[in-house]
Amino acid sequence: MPREKDLPKRASRDPKRSGDDLRVIGAARRRVDSRGKVTGQPIYADDISLPRMAHCKLLRSPHPHARIRSIDTSRASAHPGVYLVLTGKDMPIEYGILPVSQDETALATDHVRHVGDPVAAVIAREELTAFEALDLIDVDYEVLATISSPEEALATPEPRLHTYGEEGNIHKRVSFEFGDVNVGFAEADEVFEDLFFYQGSTHLAMEQHASVAAKDRDGKLTLWTSTQVPHYLHRSLAKVLGMPTGHIRVIATPCGGGFGGKSDPMNHELIVSKAALMLDRPVKISLTREEVFYCHRGRHPVLMKFKAGVKKDGTLTALDLQTLVDGGGYGSFGVASTFYTGALQTTAYHLPRYKFRACRTFTNKPPCGPKRGHGTPQPRFGQEVQMDKIAERLNIDPAELRLRTAVKPNELTANFLQLGTVGLSECIERVVAMSGWKDKFRKLPEGRGVGLACSCYLTGAGLSIYWNQMPHSGILLKLDRGGGVTLQAGTTEIGQGSDDVLSAIVAEILGINTADIRVYSGDTDLGPVDLGSYSSRVTLMAGNAAVQAAERAKAMLAEVVAERLEVPPEYLVFANNHVFDPGAAEKKLTFPEAICLAEAKFGTIGTAGSYWPPKMPAAKYKGGGVGTSPTYTYSAAIVEVEVDPNTGWLRVVNVWNTHDLGRALNPTLALGQVEGSIYMGLGEALMEEQDFRRLPKKLSHALVHKAPSMLDYKSLTSLDMPPVYTEFVEGPDPRGPFGAKEVGQGPMLPIAPAVANAVFDAVGVRIDEVPITPEKILKALAEKKAGRAPRFGPKHFPQIQWPEPLRVPPPWEGGDGRAINDTPKPPKPAAKVEKVLSR
Amino acid sequence: MMRLPMFDLRAPRTTDEAARILAGEGANAMLLAGGTDLLPNMKRRQQVPRTLVSLRNIGTLKQSQFNPAGARLGACVTLTEIAEDPRFRNGYSALWQAAAQVATSHIRNMATLGGNICLDTRCSYYDQNYEWRKSISFCMKKDGEVCWTAPGSERCMAVSSTDTAPALIALGARVLLRSGAEVREVLLSDLYQNDGMNYMLRQPGEIVEEVRLPALHGWKSAYWKLRRRGSFDFPVMSVAAAARLSPAGVVEEARIVLGAVASRPLPADEAAKSLVGRPLTEETIAEAAAQAARLAKPLDNTDFDMSWRKKVTTAFVTYALRDLRGDDMTSVNLSLGRHIL
Repeated sequence: MPREKDLPKRASRDPKRSGDDLRVIGAARRRVDSRGKVTGQPIYADDISLPRMAHCKLLRSPHPHARIRSIDTSRASAHPGVYLVLTGKDMPIEYGILPVSQDETALATDHVRHVGDPVAAVIAREELTAFEALDLIDVDYEVLATISSPEEALATPEPRLHTYGEEGNIHKRVSFEFGDVNVGFAEADEVFEDLFFYQGSTHLAMEQHASVAAKDRDGKLTLWTSTQVPHYLHRSLAKVLGMPTGHIRVIATPCGGGFGGKSDPMNHELIVSKAALMLDRPVKISLTREEVFYCHRGRHPVLMKFKAGVKKDGTLTALDLQTLVDGGGYGSFGVASTFYTGALQTTAYHLPRYKFRACRTFTNKPPCGPKRGHGTPQPRFGQEVQMDKIAERLNIDPAELRLRTAVKPNELTANFLQLGTVGLSECIERVVAMSGWKDKFRKLPEGRGVGLACSCYLTGAGLSIYWNQMPHSGILLKLDRGGGVTLQAGTTEIGQGSDDVLSAIVAEILGINTADIRVYSGDTDLGPVDLGSYSSRVTLMAGNAAVQAAERAKAMLAEVVAERLEVPPEYLVFANNHVFDPGAAEKKLTFPEAICLAEAKFGTIGTAGSYWPPKMPAAKYKGGGVGTSPTYTYSAAIVEVEVDPNTGWLRVVNVWNTHDLGRALNPTLALGQVEGSIYMGLGEALMEEQDFRRLPKKLSHALVHKAPSMLDYKSLTSLDMPPVYTEFVEGPDPRGPFGAKEVGQGPMLPIAPAVANAVFDAVGVRIDEVPITPEKILKALAEKKAGRAPRFGPKHFPQIQWPEPLRVPPPWEGGDGRAINDTPKPPKPAAKVEKVLSR
Repeated sequence: MMRLPMFDLRAPRTTDEAARILAGEGANAMLLAGGTDLLPNMKRRQQVPRTLVSLRNIGTLKQSQFNPAGARLGACVTLTEIAEDPRFRNGYSALWQAAAQVATSHIRNMATLGGNICLDTRCSYYDQNYEWRKSISFCMKKDGEVCWTAPGSERCMAVSSTDTAPALIALGARVLLRSGAEVREVLLSDLYQNDGMNYMLRQPGEIVEEVRLPALHGWKSAYWKLRRRGSFDFPVMSVAAAARLSPAGVVEEARIVLGAVASRPLPADEAAKSLVGRPLTEETIAEAAAQAARLAKPLDNTDFDMSWRKKVTTAFVTYALRDLRGDDMTSVNLSLGRHIL
């Protein structure tokens, strides 16, 4: 068991801390799948080997942008050991994760948009044979002009990467104004204008994508695959293969990390499925690390312009934010990501007026998508560094500035997001205390510094990816006569511990041990629909569904036990594998006895639980659904750095952080999520870059990923991590199961801005972009020495033709959540009645 | 996954036999020591030998001896064995520091001294898989025409990335090369040339059998390495320094060698000479560092910005000379690599 001294301190905001009577929830436990994981037991997709199995390799485009004139596969097909060669015409149906961006085909039909875009697939007896046969496919390409950045995309409307989207190579523009920001700027004592850039990065999950597809004896399809979203994949398979979903089974295999990189239906998953059906043979694909870099869907590079108005006391009067988002070659989650580059700017500090405009462009690079924090780390970096600059100019301690402006619990924000519990102030106070901030800030010797930043994140996206009125999560429970409980869920265990959390919730309610529960998750045949492991939604949504299913089972058991023991059911306690009346020691039954009684009376004991997010009555304007969530979490982090003024070398010395997570259902897991988030945040802050290299234009049209390997794409290893000190701020949120909120993404967000702010404290230069590298620090130090602005960062934000903003008056200006200048929409079908579980 | 191409594996028991196989196979054969460089390269089709001649079963290559004349190291001594041997740590410190900082402990357990000396030169246009290199129409080092690092260049600009060679050269190492029955001994420094493709003057049939280090006799040495992560990476600039000091602390003889800023380990003889006859003071160190740094001409084909790599060369020469002088370098080590060497 984890040692108590290794676990984070837990400060409770609740003086009469409820939950002291809990036995499983809140206790630091080994996760239910830990023994198997550490002894190498899980069967990952790449471990699967089936009789007669064939292997697939993909021929990928060597060109960043080209039309395919023709493909000749005859030589490859004739190669000994090759079973099948597929091209785009074999599966031309378009798909994509978002209904508004159905812009991918499994193999290119006539247009390739980045180096690595798949063009053909070879399925052969041996993987090496398939690889060798790739060189036997003759593709005639017409090379097209290449777009490497959003600025180029804006300046180059032709050739278009896609024929849909707004115009030219602009994929999506959004424009909102919540209150008149000019009024806010007029009221301000100081106006701050800052440009920031946040570099793209990849997820770097240890496990590369892999899939095995097989045709069952009855002609149905089974796909084992490393995915975060079996349900959305299930739908895409049905669409592209033209099969009913009932004839397709998706099994999410044990996952060696996702972080958002396995949240899209992927071309290779569709290809092996098609091949298995055609060949009537199992077909497997295991991507190389390079290919994972081409699948990408990682962090969007974002250029940002922040204009903020503040009063002398630090009160914010207005924010005008523009973002320019580098989307890569396809839509992916990009429309949502674009909204997210501004949706949560109102949820940490009270902002009375807010203007937000964002533009996503297509570029000839692998598509960007959702990575931990999805679209929000970039503007969070800008906002938190700008807050530090505001504090500096106004001569207010950065912690104090944030405490003064922090949002209040249950606030309705300028953009009509309904907050729940808010532990931001407690997070700041705790992290200031634990780090010794007051003795360090602006007091450390030259070359040493501390920086503070905060953040806010969703606990599950309020809306499904496709419009529907059905639940977001479902759970089935079956109680066996012998006392065993089977839990069937559509959730996907991607290492975050969702199987453990669901077991713990059911064990707590039924008074049993997690060891007596068997979880079947991530299988579309066995479990009810769960939307997937993304947006930090599983603990809250599937957890609430598990609460409902377990409470329903408990009620059936309580009814029969109450009859047998002749006590009112509400007297009964479920604990230690027994159901008993605590007032009368002899009045008890074992848990299996209770099940037998219940089964005798009701028949087979199975229950279901479902979860719908609270219907958001607030944001009624178009686009208002992005950013809504049942509740939000808060984090604060302080980073201490050391900078060598001679070389610019940067070392992170310590990280302190606090996270408002409602309640830690299993503190061991929660701590793992926090430390993993901080590792990822430091990687982005210090070194990670999904960066591309363009060769001299007169010699080559190449535009290639600079370092698509785990050696040359730099990310911290465990040996490079600084000490991390964590405390949880707990205060149960009524919307979460046992009060729990998210912990998997939020703690990442403050890390990069805290590093930037610490560098300023150490050597007095601003690095307004990530990664923050020694080269940039040394350049900024040279600027400082030369008497120029002591800064490294972007210098220019391009002119963008913005659409007229949707004007939504904020709540305090009498707004009702509707835009006052929107064209009326036809009425939608009556919305489902709100279903929030209360406990 | 990326698969190895097919190849024949031969595993002779003596160097004579290995040399015979090598002579028979000619350019189609390559030697396999630890495999940590060659096998990944083969997966990326940077090298596609038809035959691999494994040195694993040749016991004599795994031995090291210390005697009054110095040290003799078999080519297949692993980097872990060097890093864990106090005779290196306390004597040939530069070699110890270099070996201990190669890659990760897993790789050091397999990688050999001979392999590290022969390490293929590296370049961000070359150390990529087959499909990636195809998308830039390859480069002159393998399958292509142009050096993309310097498209006007006649020669390949791939970077010498061995950690141990600069250290060994600074220590005055010689190597024993065997070709059939013939054995020759050369200064390690004379084995390299500044060409990314033909970076070694080793003949195709020659086997690096042994590394010979002269006795210390008052020599002190140090090796400092620039890399992104202290846990892992190849050098992208490094400095090996060795000096013989008089009891009074005056430099009697010195060698400074820069790594990873050219296609060969680059001796900075003028800089070393500037120290002779003078004590190692901050002034003499600064002078030597500035002189050595002038030689470094890093290009844009490794990690980090090339102009920054050049700029910080002075700092790294300074670190190496201070370390050699006996300064406590703990805090610099902690800052650069999170570990104490």
